Amino acid sequence: MPHVKELLETLEYGPAPEGEELAIRWLEDHSRRFGHFVGGEWTEYDDAGSMSVQNPSRNAELARMSVASPEVVDTAVAAARKALPAWGKLGGTGRARILYALARQIQKHSRLFAVLESLDNGKPLRETRDLDIPLVARHFYHHAGWARLLESHAPGYGPVGVVGQIIPWNFPLLMCAWKVAPALATGNTVVLKPAEFTPLTALLFGELCARVGVPAGVVNILTGGGETGAALAGHPDVDKVAFTGSTEVGRILRRQTAGSGKRLTLELGGKSPFLIFDDADLDSAVEGVVDAIWFNQGQVCCAGSRILVQEGMEETLIARLRRRMENLRMGDPLDKGVDMGAIVAPVQLERIRSLVEQGEAEGAQIWQPSWAVPAKGCFYPPTLCTGVSPASLLAQVEIFGPVVTVLTFRTPDEAVELANNTRYGLAASIWSENINLALDIAPRIHAGTVWVNCTNLFDAASGFGGVRESGFGREGGEEGLWEYLRPVKAPAPVAWLRERRKKQGNVSADEGRDAEGTAPTGLAPFPIPGEDSGSGSAALDRTAKLYIGGKQVRPDGGYSLVVTDPKGHPISEVPRGNRKDIRNGVEAARKAQGGWGATAAHTRAQILYYLAENLEARSGEFQARLREVVGASRKDARAEVEAAVERLFVYGGWADKWEGRVHPTPFRNVTLALPEPVGVLGLIAPPERPLLAAISLLAPALSMGNTAVLVPSEPAPLLATDLYQILDTSDVPGGVVNIVTGGSRELAGVLALHDDVDGVWAFGSAELAREVEAQSAGNLKRTWVNYGIPMAWDDPQVAQGPAFLRHATRIKNIWVPYGA
Amino acid sequence: MPLSDRTSARVRIPAQRGSQVQGDPERNPGLPLDLEWVRNVQANRSAIERRAATLGTRRSVKKQWQAAWLIRALTCMDLTTLSGDDTAGTVRRLCAKARDPLTRDMREGLGLGAVHPRVAAVCVYHHFVPTAVEALEGSGIPVAAVSTGFPHGLSPLATRLREIRESVEAGAREIDVVITRSHVLTGRWSALYDEVRAFREACGDAHLKTILGTGELGTLRNVGRASLVAMMAGSDFIKTSTGKEGVNAVLPVGLVMARAIREYRVRTGVSVGFKPAGGIRTAKDALLWLILMKEELGEEWTRPHLFRFGASSLLTDIERQLEHHVTGRYSAAHRHPMG
Repeated sequence: MPHVKELLETLEYGPAPEGEELAIRWLEDHSRRFGHFVGGEWTEYDDAGSMSVQNPSRNAELARMSVASPEVVDTAVAAARKALPAWGKLGGTGRARILYALARQIQKHSRLFAVLESLDNGKPLRETRDLDIPLVARHFYHHAGWARLLESHAPGYGPVGVVGQIIPWNFPLLMCAWKVAPALATGNTVVLKPAEFTPLTALLFGELCARVGVPAGVVNILTGGGETGAALAGHPDVDKVAFTGSTEVGRILRRQTAGSGKRLTLELGGKSPFLIFDDADLDSAVEGVVDAIWFNQGQVCCAGSRILVQEGMEETLIARLRRRMENLRMGDPLDKGVDMGAIVAPVQLERIRSLVEQGEAEGAQIWQPSWAVPAKGCFYPPTLCTGVSPASLLAQVEIFGPVVTVLTFRTPDEAVELANNTRYGLAASIWSENINLALDIAPRIHAGTVWVNCTNLFDAASGFGGVRESGFGREGGEEGLWEYLRPVKAPAPVAWLRERRKKQGNVSADEGRDAEGTAPTGLAPFPIPGEDSGSGSAALDRTAKLYIGGKQVRPDGGYSLVVTDPKGHPISEVPRGNRKDIRNGVEAARKAQGGWGATAAHTRAQILYYLAENLEARSGEFQARLREVVGASRKDARAEVEAAVERLFVYGGWADKWEGRVHPTPFRNVTLALPEPVGVLGLIAPPERPLLAAISLLAPALSMGNTAVLVPSEPAPLLATDLYQILDTSDVPGGVVNIVTGGSRELAGVLALHDDVDGVWAFGSAELAREVEAQSAGNLKRTWVNYGIPMAWDDPQVAQGPAFLRHATRIKNIWVPYGA
Repeated sequence: MPLSDRTSARVRIPAQRGSQVQGDPERNPGLPLDLEWVRNVQANRSAIERRAATLGTRRSVKKQWQAAWLIRALTCMDLTTLSGDDTAGTVRRLCAKARDPLTRDMREGLGLGAVHPRVAAVCVYHHFVPTAVEALEGSGIPVAAVSTGFPHGLSPLATRLREIRESVEAGAREIDVVITRSHVLTGRWSALYDEVRAFREACGDAHLKTILGTGELGTLRNVGRASLVAMMAGSDFIKTSTGKEGVNAVLPVGLVMARAIREYRVRTGVSVGFKPAGGIRTAKDALLWLILMKEELGEEWTRPHLFRFGASSLLTDIERQLEHHVTGRYSAAHRHPMG
């Protein structure tokens, strides 16, 4: 041990280790062997196929965990299902009490959790002690409040059901809390699978659940690897899957759950930009970079890994960053004087090394501080990469390590362009002392969270989640609750589909074929002359075209489909749209989206009112068309047109009233929760209610600033093609609404696969739903489908209102700290 | 002397990078006022507070390391008495403490051998400069005088300059001056520059420690800009507070000033010292400030030629903590000789 006298000369920090004895004792009390927590009981440790739980900072085994087989998953899902009714009946107050108890228990044992988390994950104790664990408690407190308030806040809504939750290793207990707290508050029961690298705090959490009296089966915790996760996500009795992890696995889950009726939320990867403007407080921005990319060794989905700095400041910034990097301390995660700990596992360390090597081979300049990383354990130094371009591997790929790139921009517009030049859209950080600039940039960045002059701030009151390939859904805040709620009047999709399969005797693969085929239903490719002599309408040949970019255009393919009346008599023809027509429609919609989204809500409202007025003025014509095409009675036809007019009026009203919120997060800041349009939407109208259903989809989409490519009712497209003139005369800007007639499933598939479409709403058969969900996995666009469950389009309680607006928007949280 | 006459001082002082005044390499020669630099200073309060709040959570100093750090803190101390009821007796007692801040038992217990720590300076009002100089004779400990109408700094400029000269003549080797806060609050940067330049001139060979009165400057950006102007005008130290403002030495302010010092050093090669003063009472506070200096400026800025604590009651708490280190028992104030 060095003497005071010597230390007086160097003023070194010296070691300051946090004691680990009590955490080790907890492991020893379990003989370092763990089973699963199922139905309120612990299963015996099962050595067969068990996995080692390692301390990555020492490359030493901490414990061994069992791996849940499909049978164990079955048992756990059954336990959750069994617990669901009583958990719901307990009511908001009862559930709130339990969530409060969990929050208090976590606080009371906070240091045990913090030490255990650090041992298991390798992250510094400072982070688990000061950030992870306090935020865990905060989430339970916050959602305890929601549990109590929900009945009045969300009347008519109830739990989704049994939720399978799969969480990552970077914030093990925090992700557990983000998943479990809102699910329990809303009355769901859960089966949680912690990451295979980091199961320990979730297991300790399971013990707390038992201790505070969480009813048996409400929370089940299964350990295991990817196969256990797949078994959980694929389980037929799970109503919702909530996943946080890689985009790659998110895509697999999207395909796996497609058509199952399961709700899905995905919080995936990112390559978040960190923008520094020339009027930023540069030293604070440098400290921001530390928090952005060297927090948790850069193993953060929203890590600010792409610095974009105004040209001219690059040199100064890099010099200051290097000075700061020299000062970072890396070492034993339990040392209270380190900034950085260990990478979670050797495989991750290898991935980081390999990517940086590849980047260097590509020509990037790699800079690392002069100090040496610990020889033993999974350590990787903070790394600064310059000489990269937007095309560089290091600027494109999510590294999930302490590696940051630097690029320059000249103007605010170019900064936005570079920031958005990524498949991801999780978060962004903007550094400028100019509020005009910051608040101009923030809404223009594609991301779920934008931090102004700060980074990596989180709170239970503010929803977190992404756009684009960073996933969909929000966790936390009011916006996060809806992910765990569904209207109680509507059937639960998973159960409904199961019942339907039973009734139909397992025709699953073919179900829904009758509603739309992959080939359109139009009778013959060509009407045979003379065959239609029975119908008096042969004479009317108003040639419907497609409606793209505000113009009526001929279809690319040059084929038409015959439209018949209910008796099968041809009435008219519509174009058979193909993939190129959809492509053109999407292009027009994309071009129009920026302008329409930025149009004042007041103006959008006026246009919707104008549409309503013009539709009303031609009510008679549309009624006649409905009678002709679907054989509607006079009364029903009038009701449908009136309802469509009403719907336009309603969403005109909503346009400037679907307001954002200011979340009361516990920092001196304004956290603005802004509803933003999803972007370009593909809208697949169902076969039924050809006017009302189409308007029911179109109106909320337009009201919220989306642009759309509408595929109208396949058997009755004329109600949509008749809208062209109304759109033309109602000041709807070209490209805001595009209509492509043809085979619904064929066109839905093109839309679902299109990488520049942000969302698809597809109403129709179960098969249509399955295809759209599966095909959406490419760019992980948001989908909304009904699995063939009948939809009461006439009922405004069901087919109109906030639920539609929530689908038409996504929340962006903009954090704006302030202080003179 | 009217302010306008002072502008000539700017011309006389060489302002080239690394240039020296009167052959003293320890001193800051200053620069011509660079308004572009001053105007570009930014300080984001929330971000600065976040950094300040984690300085003490990212670093921890324990055991003998902590003892060493506390002794270092002690050697950076401007042991201060600035009370209306100061007398020659209390000043002499303080000086005795300054010579011998740690008892022989403590020094032996800490294993310091021949190392005999002493404080960096004794800081008094002008009236007591001769008393302190006499009491500290032979110790090598300099006497610092607060000056220029301390703490308000609003007496006539000529009076303030004369006060400096008289304190220097009386034997003060360091002069702690107060700036006119209104110059900062109204953005009169050249007036501030001229004022500090004049103080510097009046100091002669005595080191100039410029008190910004940060608790009265309104914003952290003002703190940053005033720090810069004070350095450009040739301050050897910049100091947070008189100890008499509502808010004295707090870490966010220290962070802004330390970063200004760093930037000044990067651009000119000149090292300016930093002195937080007021409100620093506990050993834990002292460790936090040392951590701030080491992290933001480096170890050199934890030594008395570049770092000082202005403090009166801090010493007692440091003694208690050091005794705890020696005995393993928590200590009591009455066990340590009064200053």
